[in-house]
Amino acid sequence: MTDLLSELLSERDWLLGDGATGTTLFNMGLEAGEAPEIWNETHPDRIRALYDGAINSGSDIFLTNSFGGNYSRLKLHDRQNDVFTLNRIAAEIGREAADASGRKIVVAGSVGPTGDIMEPVGELSFNSAVEIFEEQAKGLMEGGADVLWLETISAPEEYKAAAKAFQNVGAPWVGTMSFDTAGRTMMGVTATDMVAMVEGLENKPIAFGANCGVGASDLLRTLLGFNKANPSIPVVSKGNAGIPKYVHGHIHYDGTPELMGEYALLARDAGAKIIGGCCGTLPEHLVAMKAALESTPRGAIPNSETIRATLGGFSSDSDGLDGGTPSKRKNRRRGA
Amino acid sequence: MSDEEDDLVLSELNDEELVLQMMDDLYDGMKEEIEEAVNILLERKWTPYDILTKALVEGMAIVGIDFRDGILFVPEVLLAAGAMKGGMKILKPLLIETGAPRLGKMVIGTVKGDIHDIGKNLVGMMMEGAGFEIQDIGINNSVEEYLAALEEDNADILGMSALLTTTMPYMKVVIDTLVEQGKRDDYIVLVGGAPLNDEFGKAIGADAYCRDAAVAVETAKEFMARKHNQLSA
Repeated sequence: MTDLLSELLSERDWLLGDGATGTTLFNMGLEAGEAPEIWNETHPDRIRALYDGAINSGSDIFLTNSFGGNYSRLKLHDRQNDVFTLNRIAAEIGREAADASGRKIVVAGSVGPTGDIMEPVGELSFNSAVEIFEEQAKGLMEGGADVLWLETISAPEEYKAAAKAFQNVGAPWVGTMSFDTAGRTMMGVTATDMVAMVEGLENKPIAFGANCGVGASDLLRTLLGFNKANPSIPVVSKGNAGIPKYVHGHIHYDGTPELMGEYALLARDAGAKIIGGCCGTLPEHLVAMKAALESTPRGAIPNSETIRATLGGFSSDSDGLDGGTPSKRKNRRRGA
Repeated sequence: MSDEEDDLVLSELNDEELVLQMMDDLYDGMKEEIEEAVNILLERKWTPYDILTKALVEGMAIVGIDFRDGILFVPEVLLAAGAMKGGMKILKPLLIETGAPRLGKMVIGTVKGDIHDIGKNLVGMMMEGAGFEIQDIGINNSVEEYLAALEEDNADILGMSALLTTTMPYMKVVIDTLVEQGKRDDYIVLVGGAPLNDEFGKAIGADAYCRDAAVAVETAKEFMARKHNQLSA
């Protein structure tokens, strides 16, 4: 039995992902500090509206409201005993919304990082991380998710722990990392490192890629890095709608729908097969992205100059590849 | 870190060589070697304050520079900070005993509404690694909680962190309250968090925005030095 995402990937040239969950929920009145996952129980109508926003904008895939729905994150709200239920409801509402749409839409059960640092530098053991992810995965699959969708990961160990957990549950999955530090993830993973890690997994994802990070330009540069490593599985691109700016006491993302349309085209040209947005990406951005993808033919693989000229500069000079980064200092008196 | 292959004997190095070696070992996160070297310098009658400032803090500064420049990443930096902490554990009681000047004390926490604590934790670990005292008041802090902690701990520095665009403005509420109560100049206020920038830091009246944990440490040192100069002027 094949899953819906694999089916759509085999039928279509590209798929449109969804936009921002947090930004949208805050616009609906979520209070800062509140766990969005609790709304699955208290405001299912608003969660449905969030999903419908993506569906009505033409998304082929949308993520459930469960990003922080793991034991470690819910513990901060004293809701660690409700992991299964909150995730199940998140997926159930998604299932209903997708089934009511009248077209094939993938309900992707969102799984975010634990927020803990893993051994040996941190405290979280691999086995505990697997348990944490497994508990959440069970709830999402029970609620009717088509696939699981791991996002915003920075540590390779955490990505691997999730892969193991999803294997234990028998769930098809997608997993993306956030490249926000000089072209690498916070933990130092480069784009090519990620491809090597993903290709080496026993339980490979259906697709892998990058989400969030700094701006859309940086994200596209990461896609170019994936390309260099010739990945055997499809690439996901979910960039932020520009960079947040503080204007008159409010925050807004400076990426216009037109700009996100340009981003979507460049992402496709750079090899992404699943293209969506992350923070700041609202339904109007998704509509513009879809229109751009439908009306514009594919172009050549962009270079960093094209990206810079279309979407703006990068946050760092180097992407961590090609020896652009100076190497670590040598321990002068010790061998290694 | 296998001692069998490693024929380097720390106690055979002269002071200058040993300090350089400590910097290399800090860089490589070698905790046991750092502890051993600290003990050797104590036996050689170095003052705890000199060991802290001339060997450990200097060594961590190099780690900070390479982190800032994208050469080292969080895992390496945390290992280095862990090694530094091993040395600090030996020095701390001695520093208090000898009445050595302290580098500075920081109260740190994420602002009300913000539960994203990984950045704050990293800053705390790096600051501690650089020899600062840290009072971590956790997540979701109100103005009252920040002010109480600052007073209770007789802190020099206030560090506020926010990851969400919706919680960033609360930093201004805290700073405005400090101004209203006439306490703003008592503290160095540093802010950080992914969506922030220099412009934002200035707009809300912070002393500085710190892009990452390494910048936070450098900025804190700079402001503490200015504060000491002002006091002695």
